[in-house]
Amino acid sequence: MSEPTKAPAAAGRASTKKELPEHFKAYKHVWVFIEQERGQVHPVSWELMGAGRVLADKLKVDLAAVVIGPEGEATRHAAAEAFCYGADLTYVVADNLLADYRNESYTKALTDVVNTYQPEILLLGATTLGRDLAGSVATTLLTGLTADCTALDVDTDGSLAATRPTFGGSLMCTIYTLNYRPQMATVRPRVMVMPDRVERPIGRIVTHPLGLVEDDIVTKVLSFLPDRDSAKSNLAYADVVVAGGLGLGSPENFQLVRQLATVLGADYGCSRPLVQKGWVPSDRQIGQTGKTIRPKLYIAAGISGAIQHRVGVEGADLIVAINTDRNAPIFDFAHVGIVTDAIRLLPALTEAFRARLSPHSRDRIAS
Amino acid sequence: MIEERFDAIVVGAGMAGNAAALTLAQRGLKVLQLERGEYSGSKNVQGAILYADMLEKLIPDFREDAPLERHLVEQRFWMMDDRAHVGLHYRSDDFNEEKPNRYTIIRAQFDKWFSSKVREAGATVLCETTVTELARDAYGKVIGVRTDRHGGEVHADVVVLAEGVNGLLGTRAGLRDRPKPDNVALAVKEMHFLPRETIEARFNLKGDEGTVIEAAGTISRGMTGMGFIYANKECVSLGIGCLVADFEKTGETPYGLLERFKQHPSVAPLIEGSEVKEYSAHLIPEGGYKAIPQLYGEGWVVVGDAAQLNNAIHREGSNLAMTSGRLAAEAIFQVKSRRDPMTADNLSLYKKMLDDSFVIKDMKKYKDMPALMHIQSQNFFLTYPQLVSKAMQNFVRVDGTPKMDKEKSMLRSFVKARSWTGLFGDAFRLARAWR
Amino acid sequence: MHIVVCIKQVPDSAQIRVHPVTNTIMRQGVPTIINPYDLFALEAALALRDKHGGEVTVLTMGPPSAEDSLRKALTYGADRAVLLTDRFFAGADTLATTYALATALRKIGETYGPADIVFTGKQTIDGDTAQVGPGIAKRLGMLQLTYVAKIGALDLAAGTVEVERRSEGGVQMLRTKLPCLITMLEATNEIRRGAMVDALRAARAAIVKWSAQDAGVEDIAKCGLRGSPTIVKKVFAPPPRAEKAFMIEFGSEPPADALIAELFKRQPKLEADLVALARGF
Ligand SMILES: Cc1cc2nc3c(=O)[nH]c(=O)nc-3n(C[C@H](O)[C@H](O)[C@H](O)COP(=O)(O)OP(=O)(O)OC[C@H]3O[C@@H](n4cnc5c(N)ncnc54)[C@H](O)[C@@H]3O)c2cc1C
Ligand SMILES: Cc1cc2nc3c(=O)[nH]c(=O)nc-3n(C[C@H](O)[C@H](O)[C@H](O)COP(=O)(O)OP(=O)(O)OC[C@H]3O[C@@H](n4cnc5c(N)ncnc54)[C@H](O)[C@@H]3O)c2cc1C
Ligand SMILES: Nc1ncnc2c1ncn2[C@@H]1O[C@H](COP(=O)(O)O)[C@@H](O)[C@H]1O
Repeated sequence: MSEPTKAPAAAGRASTKKELPEHFKAYKHVWVFIEQERGQVHPVSWELMGAGRVLADKLKVDLAAVVIGPEGEATRHAAAEAFCYGADLTYVVADNLLADYRNESYTKALTDVVNTYQPEILLLGATTLGRDLAGSVATTLLTGLTADCTALDVDTDGSLAATRPTFGGSLMCTIYTLNYRPQMATVRPRVMVMPDRVERPIGRIVTHPLGLVEDDIVTKVLSFLPDRDSAKSNLAYADVVVAGGLGLGSPENFQLVRQLATVLGADYGCSRPLVQKGWVPSDRQIGQTGKTIRPKLYIAAGISGAIQHRVGVEGADLIVAINTDRNAPIFDFAHVGIVTDAIRLLPALTEAFRARLSPHSRDRIAS
Repeated sequence: MIEERFDAIVVGAGMAGNAAALTLAQRGLKVLQLERGEYSGSKNVQGAILYADMLEKLIPDFREDAPLERHLVEQRFWMMDDRAHVGLHYRSDDFNEEKPNRYTIIRAQFDKWFSSKVREAGATVLCETTVTELARDAYGKVIGVRTDRHGGEVHADVVVLAEGVNGLLGTRAGLRDRPKPDNVALAVKEMHFLPRETIEARFNLKGDEGTVIEAAGTISRGMTGMGFIYANKECVSLGIGCLVADFEKTGETPYGLLERFKQHPSVAPLIEGSEVKEYSAHLIPEGGYKAIPQLYGEGWVVVGDAAQLNNAIHREGSNLAMTSGRLAAEAIFQVKSRRDPMTADNLSLYKKMLDDSFVIKDMKKYKDMPALMHIQSQNFFLTYPQLVSKAMQNFVRVDGTPKMDKEKSMLRSFVKARSWTGLFGDAFRLARAWR
Repeated sequence: MHIVVCIKQVPDSAQIRVHPVTNTIMRQGVPTIINPYDLFALEAALALRDKHGGEVTVLTMGPPSAEDSLRKALTYGADRAVLLTDRFFAGADTLATTYALATALRKIGETYGPADIVFTGKQTIDGDTAQVGPGIAKRLGMLQLTYVAKIGALDLAAGTVEVERRSEGGVQMLRTKLPCLITMLEATNEIRRGAMVDALRAARAAIVKWSAQDAGVEDIAKCGLRGSPTIVKKVFAPPPRAEKAFMIEFGSEPPADALIAELFKRQPKLEADLVALARGF
């Protein structure tokens, strides 16, 4: 993406006029890359199908899913699911060489399909896989790629308007790829709303060969260690999240956050400084450079609400802020605010919730 | 330990250190400058006003590329009580001269530029390197420094201590005492960012014109202290400083003072709607002439704030720092070119040069000022401002009281508060100290 | 062994101010730093050099002032620094950036010996795209290993390297051939403090400065703004939320129950949801 500082300069230049070269005029339709790793489709792909559907309808074109993976049930199932999330057709590259994600094979697979069937818009999830792949594909195709978008729209002239935070979230900018195709963008998990799954019959499936043998692929996967579920945080998809910030003052006090989270059956997170201080593992960081969350309830204790944190939590249905500083920026976007010492309130809150919920809680039923 | 030897090591890259390192390098000496901050200026807090004259002596054409904010066309003195200020403004278009005499600067940027000149002159400048102690030989002569970097001992003929007001290095090495609480002021400062146009409108400036407000009175809660407001291009530096001893006595907090200063009806409108960046606190030496420590010794000299060279009355420090740094360098150069060793005797030349300069002359002039201000602080910073303010109000208010009576009552209020003798005494002492 | 580390000098975003009126960035007094993520790459490179011998070259494309960051990299212990600076590079997006950097990397190869490994950070804090690494790799036909958490066996004779790569669901153990490009994951190491000798060397080192021409750029049209397929049409500050937070006031006691009541009032479904969660569904 362009350096935003140069943005004002860019505006008004010849390069900002749309003069799409002839050979790109043929590029049509909106595509979403369906990311699956080890038989699991990443939810971000379905979220993107939702966003893609809107774009496709505005452009009056088809929405296509691109499923890349090993031969067999997982890939077949992913392709079928795509229709339930609004795909008009699905491109499938199935080959056992694609069992594990590897940049070389996946880049070839995706670029080949793009070059053959020529989409005007291609969306990928901004996951480790998606970012790894998108960068290579865009460079191979010599087209523009806008990373980590927070909003996608089509302009009056039909070009993709991709909005993303920049300068660590201090600013937003809207970026166009006027004269190159496809227009590529990545979006982080949970930024787009998950569309409802509608049971639909399998529609048109176009298969495309990979055209590689193992020897063509230099990088070998020696092994794969899946994250232990206990260690793994499911923050991005948690329904309730309790998070703490520097205001808690010490790693010990952060326990108060975890205790409340436990009682609520919630997941816990934190602001960046706590990760930097090593109080909390980095996969718990919420915000611009951490996780984006969309819980039904988000409780932030001792977090000032810096813009970089804000962009990660704004999707929450209900934001509760606990902060001693009446003027803390977090109260600008929280729904409910309490000006008080979190270190005193959190335990009280934990008890109060336990009292209300314990009749239902598992241990109660067990006993 | 580094094999390579240097002619001189300069500790600190503030105004004094940069002036010294630059001059030494310009004279062709092999100089190593060590700065603990991330870059020169990163740790430096200053109002800040730059006095062109002293810099011209070092870098004649500095105006060409130095990061200057605004040149001053106006100086305001405010005597404040809690709700009002009595002001003396001096503004003159003469200050819109081709080579202005005073500028506001932002130290972080200015020092960076200054440091680049030091590099260009050929000095070796190392940042993020803290000098932990002085290296001495068997006879106690300073032969170099030890730093916090691995293998970080370096030797040189002479060490120039330009470490600023705290001067931990020198005090730890027993070259001088720690500055006493009634010899240093603690100043807190904030940068308030505003759109350029807003600043120019509020301070009645155009182009690169700048203004300075210096304020004394009840804002310092009867302590010896002063507030200041400097207009930069896109931000206003605002701060207040008082003697550390007074803070200790009164239990006032610097931040508390600053908050009240900012809320003062005369100040608040100037910074309204601004975005605050950088809250910083820093000491200012205010002991004056009497607090100046030993300035040289076997293999070392001390310059700038570290040597307590600061003119509290005129809020001048950086120019004394620059000048002392330059003179120390000149002296070292002369000793060096005579092929003499850097002994205390030979380095005493620096002291002589300093004595003949405006630096010591000015500091002698006001030698009694700090003490006086301190002893009389209640009157100078609390009683008088309130009286003057009352008097002014009384004077301008039109309420049918005969002018004659007004004057009488004014006078009475002064006398009541401070008795004839007291008033005369203060006036007399003030005059003496100023003379 | 020759390792090249791509670093970028970025404004310290935490301190960036947006002009309240014009919405442009107020650069005054905004300090610049080495992109924090790049320091993990640099340390990884230095560690490899210390273990296997060879040289580390740092490369950056940026304004002349980016020299500060390069000098800093030298202070940490890098052996050589190359600054790619030219007005033609201004306004580059990732595609144009990778073109310029890839060209410079070829030139570095010719001049100082081909790179066995090119390192980049995971992402920058201003561009924040994580694309430049993969882009460079593609342009140079290098194998790419992104989000690397640990560098394992490096066999120079066989020309292979093994790494642990973070992926969504776990950690991939990969083996690939040199030369390759590695983008280092954050918090995987801590940048060292350069010794006095390194610091001294860095303070005096001459930084290699290349213009587009020096670097061997054939097609200026592929550089900077002109070479950028993406165009920033609009820059704006995030809109503030309309209504402020509803503030719960209270006496001496922490208002736990008041809060809970308020929450359930606002989100009637919430209680049921929480119960479900408590049940562990
Ligand atoms: C490029 C970049 C990316 C970034 N990405 C992220 C990111 O992804 N996520 C993120 O979180 N940050 C991120 N940051 C950092 C962000 O700018 C802020 O520095 C950070 O969010 C501040 O964390 P904090 O609110 O915990 O700490 P602070 O800003 O220090 O806030 C502490 C708050 O606690 C309050 N408090 C103090 N004591 C108490 C008490 N007893 N009870 C209740 N409240 C109390 C204080 O009033 C204050 O509001 C990023 C920064 C940059 C430059
Ligand atoms: C709020 C405020 C406002 C002021 N306003 C003005 C004004 O308007 N006009 C004016 O002329 N003066 C003003 N002054 C005074 C002026 O700032 C100082 O007199 C001047 O900066 C002194 O320069 P210096 O080089 O002696 O010390 P400094 O500028 O403090 O430099 C000392 C340097 O040494 C470094 N250092 C310290 N110890 C070590 C070590 N052990 N190893 C390595 N490096 C070290 C420090 O990091 C620092 O960079 C003001 C001061 C303050 C605090
Ligand atoms: N101008 C540049 N010069 C050198 N390296 C860069 C530059 N821009 C990006 N990089 C490298 O590419 C990585 C990813 O950057 P980005 O794609 O902007 O997130 C950074 O961590 C740097 O290592």
